[in-house]
Amino acid sequence: MTIEMLGARILSPYFGGSLSVWGSIITIFMLALACGYLIGGRLSMGKPNPVTYAMFFIAAAVFSLPIILFADAIMEPIFLWIDDPRYGSLFASIFMYFIPTSILGMISPYSVRLLVETQEHSGQMAGQLFFVSTIGSAAGTLGTSFYFVLWFEVNQILWGSVIALIASGCCILLANYLLGGSKSSNRIPAYEKQS
Amino acid sequence: MKSNRNSLTILVALFLIVIGQSSSSVAETLHEERSLYRDITVTEIGNRRCLLFNVHRGDRNQTCIYTDDLDRLVFDYTRMSFAGLLLAPNPQRILIIGLGGGTLPLAFNDLFPEAEIDILEIDQAVVTVAEEYFYFKENDQMKVIVEDGRVFIKRAAIRDQRYDYIVLDAFSGDYIPEHMLTEEFLEEVKSIMTDDGVLVANTFSTSRLYDHESVTYQRVFGEFFNFKLPTSGNRIIITQLDTLPPRGELVTEAQSMAVKLEKFGIPLLEYPRRLSTRVDWDMSRRVLTDQFSPGNLLQEN
Repeated sequence: MTIEMLGARILSPYFGGSLSVWGSIITIFMLALACGYLIGGRLSMGKPNPVTYAMFFIAAAVFSLPIILFADAIMEPIFLWIDDPRYGSLFASIFMYFIPTSILGMISPYSVRLLVETQEHSGQMAGQLFFVSTIGSAAGTLGTSFYFVLWFEVNQILWGSVIALIASGCCILLANYLLGGSKSSNRIPAYEKQS
Repeated sequence: MKSNRNSLTILVALFLIVIGQSSSSVAETLHEERSLYRDITVTEIGNRRCLLFNVHRGDRNQTCIYTDDLDRLVFDYTRMSFAGLLLAPNPQRILIIGLGGGTLPLAFNDLFPEAEIDILEIDQAVVTVAEEYFYFKENDQMKVIVEDGRVFIKRAAIRDQRYDYIVLDAFSGDYIPEHMLTEEFLEEVKSIMTDDGVLVANTFSTSRLYDHESVTYQRVFGEFFNFKLPTSGNRIIITQLDTLPPRGELVTEAQSMAVKLEKFGIPLLEYPRRLSTRVDWDMSRRVLTDQFSPGNLLQEN
């Protein structure tokens, strides 16, 4: 959500501050999450393991880097190529946000698979997981829009998110290592951060 | 008995006067609409018709006109926007960002019928209201483009379009387009100004934004004229690419133009002594950039 909130700010120099820019960002985030859920669920079949799980966090961080490093290089050709700022912002959102957001989307179903031990508890687990992740999203939204933009530069906030993702991934790897490859209870707090 | 009747007549007369006055001072709502970006209201009190945005969050008049004297400009800040003429007395290509009721472009069109005037307005509903209620009309010389100001300016720079008089008036109302406050935006504006062109920006005079904006304009343009009037809550920044002219030149220019501006109620002769280059802001404030531009949050503090 932190990245999503900053999305409009990042796009506005090229595509303006009209309502359609928000529309583009939210649309692409939704579509990316939808794809992520599907792929994440698929990947959780067979032999799910915490190492793959940790890799989601790290991959999301890595694929977020272009937003920080190449935003202008991505938006400039799109701006020149597409006259209509609606479609300009839509394509820019695809190129910048689709991949990292869909990787983040993979985390949810994969978490469910890792955490669920019995069929009986599956609904409760999923409920708790959605609770934690949605609370995290709310915190990211509020923190970013109320305070972070007042204290930091956009890129500093993005770096913060990237570092949080990598740290979460590393925590999971570490916990996995310490617990000898079995399940770790560290995952939920780690997951919360990325929202 | 007679005197009683007289006093009764006087009472009735007084009563009628009071009624008459109050009915003429009650605002009549001519139009209400919720557009994509804001609530738009048009009201009329006596001979004064006003365009308001977001009435429920505190009345803010965007534009007012006198229905019996359409030329006369109602607000100080609208009149103040003509002070740029002291630096660029004969504009040929004018860009106005933010239409409002359209009184500003109408006056420019009247003053300089040969000049090409482009007006940027993000909200189509505002254009329609300006046409229906404020006598605004496009013509061969004067066109409205419904587009985000920053997007238009970026494209104008690529097309090598240049303007010699730019009025930035996009910040009235209670939502601030933060991407039009930044150093990068002002650099883009600079790139569409002719060498002798002038930028007139209606900005914030209160809150922390005053300092941040001043520092940002200073970074991009160097010294600028800070234009404030004791009667107005607005602050107008007037700047150009060249170094600013000495006050003597402004006075001479004001003397030669004042008559032309009289019918709009613009006291041009008063203006030169109000244009100041004195720094009265906190220089240590951060420059607003595309990376850091929390304009809406800064305004509240």
